[in-house]
Amino acid sequence: MTHSPRVLVLAGGLSHERDVSLRSGRRVAEALRSANVEVTVHDVDADLIPALAQTRPDVVWPILHGASGEDGSIRDVLDLLDVPYVGTGPRASRIAWSKPVAKSVVARAGIDTPEYVTLPQSLFRELGAQAVMSAVVDKLGLPLVVKPSRGGSALGVSLVRTAAELPQAMVSCFAYGDVALIERAVEGVELAVSVVETVDGLSALPAVEIVTEGPYDYDARYNPGRTEYFSPARLPSSHAEAVAATAVAAHEALGLRHVSRTDLILQADGTIQFLEVNVAPGMTETSLLPQAALAGGWSLPTLYRSVVDNALPVASA
Amino acid sequence: MRASEVRALFAVVNRPEVVSLAGGMPYLEGLPMETIAASMERLIATHGTTALQYGSGQGHEGLREQILEVMRLEGIDAHPDDVVVTTGSQQALDLVTRIFIDPGDVIVAEAPSYVGALGVFRSYQADVVHVPLDEHGLVPEALDETLTALAAAGRRVKLLYTIPNFHNPAGVTLSLERRPRVLEIARRHGVLVVEDNPYGLLGFGSEPLEAMRATDEDGVLYLGSFSKTFAPGFRVGWVVAPHAVREKLVLASESAILCPSNASQMAISSYLETSDWKAQIKAFQVLYRERRDAMVGALAEHMPDASWTVPDGGFYTWVKLPEGLDSKSMLPRAVTGRVAYVPGTAFFADGTGGDHMRLSYCFPTPDRIREGVRRLASVVNAERELVEIFGTTAHLDDVTDTDNPGPDLV
Repeated sequence: MTHSPRVLVLAGGLSHERDVSLRSGRRVAEALRSANVEVTVHDVDADLIPALAQTRPDVVWPILHGASGEDGSIRDVLDLLDVPYVGTGPRASRIAWSKPVAKSVVARAGIDTPEYVTLPQSLFRELGAQAVMSAVVDKLGLPLVVKPSRGGSALGVSLVRTAAELPQAMVSCFAYGDVALIERAVEGVELAVSVVETVDGLSALPAVEIVTEGPYDYDARYNPGRTEYFSPARLPSSHAEAVAATAVAAHEALGLRHVSRTDLILQADGTIQFLEVNVAPGMTETSLLPQAALAGGWSLPTLYRSVVDNALPVASA
Repeated sequence: MRASEVRALFAVVNRPEVVSLAGGMPYLEGLPMETIAASMERLIATHGTTALQYGSGQGHEGLREQILEVMRLEGIDAHPDDVVVTTGSQQALDLVTRIFIDPGDVIVAEAPSYVGALGVFRSYQADVVHVPLDEHGLVPEALDETLTALAAAGRRVKLLYTIPNFHNPAGVTLSLERRPRVLEIARRHGVLVVEDNPYGLLGFGSEPLEAMRATDEDGVLYLGSFSKTFAPGFRVGWVVAPHAVREKLVLASESAILCPSNASQMAISSYLETSDWKAQIKAFQVLYRERRDAMVGALAEHMPDASWTVPDGGFYTWVKLPEGLDSKSMLPRAVTGRVAYVPGTAFFADGTGGDHMRLSYCFPTPDRIREGVRRLASVVNAERELVEIFGTTAHLDDVTDTDNPGPDLV
């Protein structure tokens, strides 16, 4: 490196997860600054494109959760402007952002994922909610997980143990979006595996095990104390290697770049089930990727700097 | 949905794309900023060593005298020694609660009540018991019944917390006819009244209503504030209390903050001295009245199936949603629709109130208010369709976040 890179961290945006994004962005900016990176943090607003033109950062790191930040559209704009950025390109983002599409892609790559159905709200109106819900329960059984087909931070996600709970779960889900993913809930150890691409190449960070009292919902994710994390996860090494390999395989099957986090369930018989993947994983003080990095022996400034260096266009590196 | 999720959804309200009918921020653009700037400059230039120094724990004496003048508009006759200046009336609430409440003591409050007060009460482990209000404010008969039932149950009731004028969030005003009855009931049950009155001078009628403190010096702790009539950034409020209580308030305030900000108090003092503050308040009344009209007009046009209060002053209207809708579970849809409000559940200590929401008209312009209500109407319609399809609202698991007074008491 001949000079310190200049990074523009994109955080905020107009999504349900704005708050998480702002907190993640601040954390990453802080870590990068202590790794001698010149950082500015910018919201997604009408000032952004002029600011990019004026400051010409070496690389942009979009840390936007939800909506345009993860569905690929902001990345389309960065491509249009020829601004290099950390993370997955627009097309792969779009695929990963849609949970059912991501599930079908990883399934084709030979990764297990719970059986599911994707249903729009309009269908329930046209066919009658009760009939559709009965058909879902008959086919997939119970318990079920209902979640918006897009979006993160477990917003609008419910665990359904009895058929009577399903209508409320559907209403919670449709408050966040018009399409619901209903999948069979699988029992097992809940794991999150972050995959990072640094100057040393692509690797999985140690899996983080999540133990919650009650559901791992928004509150449990962002309020210290309601959830117990084990990082690294309490797994025998053969299982640890298998879940790492699964996360890397999902990252590659989906065509992701630089950073991702895959949520998995390890069942008692050793089967690994893919739940979903995030192209802009949370980076807050309680988030999983930073915990995994620490468990993997990284300091956050070193790791984020290495991710940035790896993402820099060859000429400026 | 839990409280933290609601807070997170509010992260978008400061974006210009979102019409926020949520906050209680006064419309500061209505203030003569240049005059205020000049007056603050003069203050520091001429009295800098006092303004930037520690001050008195009870508050700046000159300001306390001017506060009497403000309160005289509502019929309060007091002495400067009766006034304790606080860091916003929120600190006054904190001090009063700290002094009077032991864990498990009961505070009686209107249903609904100010969310910030409920938070303070909860942090001191008070049990809040709600008493219904109607279009004329707190219902005296219901208050009497509740206090009688609480006494019979052996509960210790310390305070009645009430917002008589232009209630937050309900928008209603305690009628003059009811005021002495409420005071009599409280006295009979040995309960001190906390009269929280930040909006009293912001009425749309002719004259301010007489405060409850005006007729009861010993039974009422009166809380006032410059936050809504002038500017909340100074964080200056006050409490008027009987002698014995006031001494305790000063000691408690000194141990918490040493003294309220001298710079803020002197800035307000100089504003009161050099500006026509009464004319400024009149200008605010006209401005907020126009916004109230925009709000209720838009509600009538776009949300005929809801019902709402028509406030005679203050910042808020309290909207009852069409049957079967829940304001908290609807909030994510509102954020998607670029409009924000406060779900009714915020204003109850027992997790109820989901059938209402608070809309504020103080900050957005009339055009933005109309646009916000139009957006809100489409959010309500979409949510109603969803509830009709599934025959239920979303499941709410928030009740455990608040102290529950217990069903046998209310």
